[in-house]
Amino acid sequence: MKSKPRVELSRPVSDEVRKTTCYMCACRCGIDVHIKDGKIRYIEGNRDHPVNRGVLCAKGSAGIMQHYAPARLRAPLLRTGPRGSGEFKEISWDEALGIAAGWLAEVRANDPRKLAFFTGRDQSQSLTGFWAQQFGTPNYAAHGGFCSVNMAAAGIMTIGGAFWEFGAPDWDRTKLFIMFGVAEDHDSNPLKMGIAKVKKNGARFVSVNPVRTGYSAVADNWIGIRPGTDGLLILAVVHELLKARKIDVDYLMRYSNAPWLVIDAPGTSEHGLFARDADGKPLVFETVTERVVPKGTAGARPALSGSYTLQDGRKVTPSFELLATKYLDAKYAPDAVASETGVSADTIRGLASEIARTAFDEAIFIDQPWTDMNGERHEGYVGRPVSFHAMRGLSAHSNGFQTARALHMLQVLIGAVDCPGAFRFEPPYPKPVEAHPTPHGRAEHFGSNKPLAGPHLGFPRGPEDLLVDADGKPQRIDKAFSWDAPISAHGLMHMVIANAHAGDPYPIDVLFLYMANMAWNSSMNTAGVIKMLEDKDPATGVYKIPRIIYSDAYASETVAYADLILPDTTYLERHDCISMLDRPISEPDAVQDAIRWPVVEPDRDVRGFQSVMLDLGVRLSLPGFVDHRGKGLYTDYADYIVRHERRPGIGPLAGFRGANGDKTGRGAVNPDQLKRYIENGSFFSAHIPLEAQFFKHANKDYQDFAVRMGFFDTPQPVTFQLYSETLQKFRLSADGLREPFAPETHRQRIRETFDPLPDWYRPFEEAAVERAKFPYHAITQRPAAMYHSWGSMNAWLRQIHTTNPLYVPGPICDEHGLKDGDWVYLISSHGRIKVEIARMEAVNSSTIWTWNAIGKRKGAWSLDTDAPEAKKGFLMNHLINELLPPKGDGMRWSNSDPVTGQAAWYDLRVRIEKAEAAERSEPAFGKIAEPGGRRTHPDELRYGQEWAK
Amino acid sequence: MTSLPAQEPTRKLGLVIDLDVCVGCHACVISCKEWNTGGYGAALSDQDPYGADVSGTFLNRVHTFEVIPEGGEIVGEAGEARIVHFPKSCLHCEDAPCVTVCPTGASYKRTEDGIVLVDEDMCIGCGLCAWACPYGAREMDLAAGVMKKCTLCVDRIYNETIQEIDRVPSCVRTCPANARHYGDLADPQSDVSLMVAARGGIDLMPEQGTRPVNKYLPPRPRKPLAADTGQLLLAENTEGATGFFAWLDGVLERL
Amino acid sequence: MHPALSIIVFTTISGLGYGLAAVLGLGLLDPVALSTKAAHVLALGLIAAGLISSTLHLGNPQRAWRAFSQWRSSWLSREGVMAVLTFLPLAASAYLCVWEGRHVPAIGLSAAVLCMVTVYCTAMIYASLRSVQAWYTPLTPLCYLLFSLAGGFGLASLFAALGEGHVVILAGLAITTMILAWGAKVFWRHRMNTLRPISTPETATGLGFIGKVRLFERPHINDNYLTSEMGFRVARKHAVKLAALSFVLGGGLPVLLLAIALVSTTQPISVIVTFLAMILHVTGMLMERWLFFAEARHAVMNYYSP
Ligand SMILES: Nc1nc2c(c(=O)[nH]1)N[C@H]1C(S)=C(S)[C@@H](COP(=O)(O)OP(=O)(O)OC[C@H]3O[C@@H](n4cnc5c(=O)[nH]c(N)nc54)[C@H](O)[C@@H]3O)O[C@H]1N2
Ligand SMILES: Nc1nc2c(c(=O)[nH]1)N[C@H]1C(S)=C(S)[C@@H](COP(=O)(O)OP(=O)(O)OC[C@H]3O[C@@H](n4cnc5c(=O)[nH]c(N)nc54)[C@H](O)[C@@H]3O)O[C@H]1N2
Ligand code: SF4
Ligand code: SF4
Ligand code: SF4
Ligand code: SF4
Ligand code: SF4
Ligand SMILES: [Mo]
Repeated sequence: MKSKPRVELSRPVSDEVRKTTCYMCACRCGIDVHIKDGKIRYIEGNRDHPVNRGVLCAKGSAGIMQHYAPARLRAPLLRTGPRGSGEFKEISWDEALGIAAGWLAEVRANDPRKLAFFTGRDQSQSLTGFWAQQFGTPNYAAHGGFCSVNMAAAGIMTIGGAFWEFGAPDWDRTKLFIMFGVAEDHDSNPLKMGIAKVKKNGARFVSVNPVRTGYSAVADNWIGIRPGTDGLLILAVVHELLKARKIDVDYLMRYSNAPWLVIDAPGTSEHGLFARDADGKPLVFETVTERVVPKGTAGARPALSGSYTLQDGRKVTPSFELLATKYLDAKYAPDAVASETGVSADTIRGLASEIARTAFDEAIFIDQPWTDMNGERHEGYVGRPVSFHAMRGLSAHSNGFQTARALHMLQVLIGAVDCPGAFRFEPPYPKPVEAHPTPHGRAEHFGSNKPLAGPHLGFPRGPEDLLVDADGKPQRIDKAFSWDAPISAHGLMHMVIANAHAGDPYPIDVLFLYMANMAWNSSMNTAGVIKMLEDKDPATGVYKIPRIIYSDAYASETVAYADLILPDTTYLERHDCISMLDRPISEPDAVQDAIRWPVVEPDRDVRGFQSVMLDLGVRLSLPGFVDHRGKGLYTDYADYIVRHERRPGIGPLAGFRGANGDKTGRGAVNPDQLKRYIENGSFFSAHIPLEAQFFKHANKDYQDFAVRMGFFDTPQPVTFQLYSETLQKFRLSADGLREPFAPETHRQRIRETFDPLPDWYRPFEEAAVERAKFPYHAITQRPAAMYHSWGSMNAWLRQIHTTNPLYVPGPICDEHGLKDGDWVYLISSHGRIKVEIARMEAVNSSTIWTWNAIGKRKGAWSLDTDAPEAKKGFLMNHLINELLPPKGDGMRWSNSDPVTGQAAWYDLRVRIEKAEAAERSEPAFGKIAEPGGRRTHPDELRYGQEWAK
Repeated sequence: MTSLPAQEPTRKLGLVIDLDVCVGCHACVISCKEWNTGGYGAALSDQDPYGADVSGTFLNRVHTFEVIPEGGEIVGEAGEARIVHFPKSCLHCEDAPCVTVCPTGASYKRTEDGIVLVDEDMCIGCGLCAWACPYGAREMDLAAGVMKKCTLCVDRIYNETIQEIDRVPSCVRTCPANARHYGDLADPQSDVSLMVAARGGIDLMPEQGTRPVNKYLPPRPRKPLAADTGQLLLAENTEGATGFFAWLDGVLERL
Repeated sequence: MHPALSIIVFTTISGLGYGLAAVLGLGLLDPVALSTKAAHVLALGLIAAGLISSTLHLGNPQRAWRAFSQWRSSWLSREGVMAVLTFLPLAASAYLCVWEGRHVPAIGLSAAVLCMVTVYCTAMIYASLRSVQAWYTPLTPLCYLLFSLAGGFGLASLFAALGEGHVVILAGLAITTMILAWGAKVFWRHRMNTLRPISTPETATGLGFIGKVRLFERPHINDNYLTSEMGFRVARKHAVKLAALSFVLGGGLPVLLLAIALVSTTQPISVIVTFLAMILHVTGMLMERWLFFAEARHAVMNYYSP
């Protein structure tokens, strides 16, 4: 008997589908937004989109609840109550922009340094950076400094590209995938899709991570390492590989600086630098003719070891000899590092042999002739199918830069960079350090009412490029590119508020923030930062940081601490541009960028921040934003995206250029460009020809392609820098051998941490505090279904992470008599929090952890004040200080990597004490009012009920 | 009619969930929610959405379990203790107790494909079917007072207004780790059936006698890295740098 | 399981009502006695009240009529159907007793049988759920039936006392059924407390082959329909106390009091003791029913218990 047809099986899903780009996180997947009766019916992944191929994560699918969240700001706000009260009045855009322009114009005329403009999860850095440069302040950066600059800087300085989202494993071909310290990463969906592929193909997936959740949970092998010791683990693997001769000598010789001759002249200003010819080309020793010749001399077979003398009598050695000698030392033997890393020697040996076996015994060959930069023809691509990925587990430590360097060195040693089956670059990478600018911000670079002489951020080639004054004092408010953090390529956003409050190196007038919750989860020492923002000069009664302008889209904690709020739209209501000039969405095989466009019109008095920046540019008549008559150049951001040109023919978008949209990369402005993008699903993709797809760092066809695309104007091949001359220069300065000399205060630290060869040292906090007093590590992880602080206003996502327990390893629970639901004090050298715990076994036995950014401030995010996020939820940040404990000399270093200034979030050391049961976690903060008045909160949601049948 | 179909359905549509790759991202949970809240039957309501007791109706939820081998050493690379993410929705059982207990005929199992559905217009919201389901796959929607459950996206899989390729459940289409598979488990040659055969797919709580259609693929066995030690030792291998550089010269000669 | 008041009240008083109706059907009370007429009214009242309260927990009570359609497969539906069928002879014999002061054995007996069938259906709603192992036993309907009869005879003795009828026989039967009922219940509890759960977190997840399975993270942090409907837990010792109390109130004391009625010769005393007995019995029964739900563990909790 057939059951009666009771269901309408073919009901149309929606009236219309609008394709745009997700921004529930920075992965930037393509989405199909189904619109029904003018409302969002359903959001699904765009099947044609190269990033996500149709899949969507939890956040992406929850876009509806984000878009309709009560926490959305509704109009510009001017603070009426004291900072932190959340009391504002709604004002018009004209008034708001007038006030902002007034404040900014004053600063620009008097002293541009007094504007600190820092942007958080900014996906328009090419605009915001350009704006800041035209404004003329030296104080601009995005959030990279507290995010993962160690990864970026180490990658670019070593192989000309980083993991992050700037490269990816060759998912289809890799046979061994090794992941260090990743919970989610920016490439959220691609990573998940990739891991699935790896497992489907029967390849092996190893995860090195103190906690076995998420990706680590599905890994074939989980190495529950002790935080901060990956460098040692990697160098021990290198030790094993060298010992077993499992290295790709040919690859090293061709593509790395292994053969480059290092000057051996202790006590001189050139000791440890590369020997170079007249026009600065590094020299190598040619073994057939036994002559010293410039690198890349055709047919040369350079020596990788030995000791030679140049005509001028200087002694030189190939850098590889230094490398091999260093890592063959027994102190890097697996047995020597086992106890420090918490990883058994056998496991390390097993890992090393798996790497060796896969790289060499399972090598793959792609039959595709190609030509290298020396014009040499190769029969095909040799693939070493061992791929790596790493993120903040390595980088969020004060030894993260060197650790990341060590990992890249390992890749190069086995010949597994941009070859089939290995980690591969995504255009516009690889890009040698030489192709990056040097930082600008020294006194001579700026002045009243004039643009900054060059880009803010870049890579110093040596101490001479630092942004310091004559007596070595920092020039930027965040002390980036100073002796404190010489290669802070992304700035130090986490130091801005502290420094501005202390007036060190100088006070500022206006702090301009965008899309960063600095009064909460993106600051270390959150409670302290809040005080700094509230602190007034007793004499004048003026706030220590007099004026704060902030652009947010939601009622975040930081909104309550700003004086003027420029409310942004949601990601579905504005134009955006994911640009080749910024952080594109390219793949190893394709050049790609994308846009967002208003798929729904704002129902509030809000404006896209980028259009607001353009408006401010006009009000301040910044060059590049107004014509010679002072008239605005662009009507809005959409117009800018299409018509702005950085270099002739090169604009924010690479696709559909040229009068009739048939040009790629370089080409005249195309008025219909956005239309073409929208028709194409809001993205553009151009494939890299097969003969250019691998060995991009040395592939002639790729380099020509890159020039055609407009990444560079001349080919920019990369020689992998295993030995870093830049770091050695800083050492020479620290030794007082090479000008400029490092200040006495910094010399020892630079000597200890700037080894030109990848090195490992104990993370600073662990070295500074008494290990017995603070015996455990405390770290955080990204939850897959939450994006930092901004998922808690989302009715669907918050049900998954309504609060966050502190996960405590079983052995620690037993030692302290703790069980699920108990409350504890977690105590660091800086402070203590009181929280509820849950027991866990699948975790490194000395590592306590929690989910990041779940805890919320009472009253924020338009949540009821008794919301669990604000009651029980907590931040680890209260335990982390932006400064390290005072040293003997009373001097306090910032809690950052000494090379890059990367915030050392995961260096935290703690102890745990049982506490009496409680209702709310500590510290607890006062309630903040909902900016612009209480919103109406439905006490029940029935989204889509009107469509119910 | 809440008696089960007289003769076994010719097709048994269902899901196969791969516990070996599920990373517990909850994508399927939210995708299911957003598809169904505007789709089949009443919306999936959320109570106190911005307050202390926020809670809502979900047709698919992902649990996370910790599995500890008896006497297993807890930490270390072999990682004895491990985490398994576990998505759970209606298993569209062949002997579905939820159907037979229903007093109104609202609960039924389709003869054509075995999908178990609730006809919400007939449902009195007595909750007995939820009691009868051992898996917790049925949830009363507190706003509508009717029983909600996974529909296997019956309004997608046959939907002629969407592309053929998209006629799969929302959760399956969205899963980034490809841990969810959909198909006809009555057809031994279907991809899902082959997968189940190859990976030893299992029933949940077979002892409850429900004969679930959905199957779970257990985590694959894992081989510790330490087991691979030694391979390296076979390589020519003398301590210290000197031997190494001698070898290196040799290699360079041969290049 | 969540002990919903509406269901506790429903099962208790409808059981009582059907029990009384059944006894009346046997014609052991003098149909002309005013008290007997009252008994008939009370029986119908209790049944009606029970059925009404059973609809209180429905999400859509207005559609309750649909619940009669699935008697082929559903015990809940059967119960509904039976309730209606039973109503006919009950109403008839009530009418005959109240207006004409007579008892027609044919009608009375069929009513008595139908009453017990209805109670059996109610019990089977629970006894048929394999997902709740504690209920999944023939002992469940046995208890329900015996308790229903015990209550019926108990009430009947009260009315007999009021109407100066055969208190002795009825009280005697009440005592016997009450002892049998609690005897069965003791078995029932013993079974529940000693049974090996057929389903465990290991079988629920299929992960037993790796090792011991424990919930690490709930799918959603707050309670949901499932955890509040099926996640109810009572502390073991708390439950044991309550059980003892319900045993004493619902069985022990009533039996003693009824024994007094058995021997007492003065009407007021028998009235008072039987009345007290029934008050205590009902209180005890309400506790018993609360525990019946509160102590029962649902298989789904294998996915939620740490
Ligand atoms: N303990 C601990 N702390 C950490 C980390 C950690 O691992 N552990 N991670 C650090 C890292 S890597 C980072 S990147 C930071 C991230 O921390 P934040 O940079 O603060 O990132 P979010 O919390 O996402 O906050 C961004 C702000 O942007 C707002 N916003 C969201 N959408 C929009 C929009 O469309 N327009 C505008 N104008 N605003 C919007 C949100 O409301 C929120 O207030 O946290 C850091 N803090
Ligand atoms: N869903 C979601 N996705 C996100 C974000 C989000 O908030 N939510 N944030 C985005 C942002 S801003 C960033 S920067 C990226 C960050 O991407 P991830 O780096 O994946 O983010 P984290 O959560 O910091 O992950 C750090 C991981 O390293 C581990 N770890 C900590 N210390 C060590 C160590 O010493 N060694 C090793 N081997 N592992 C260690 C932690 O257990 C954790 O699993 O994620 C991005 N993607
Ligand atoms: S990973 Fe998820 S949140 Fe991020 S862009 Fe993709 S779909 Fe959106
Ligand atoms: S979407 Fe896929 S990977 Fe994510 S939780 Fe669901 S099944 Fe697991
Ligand atoms: S899983 Fe539960 S709801 Fe689904 S068919 Fe089986 S018993 Fe019924
Ligand atoms: S809740 Fe609805 S579907 Fe479930 S048994 Fe009752 S009437 Fe049937
Ligand atoms: S099949 Fe459809 S209804 Fe069922 S869990 Fe998946 S998305 Fe939800
Ligand atoms: Mo970040």
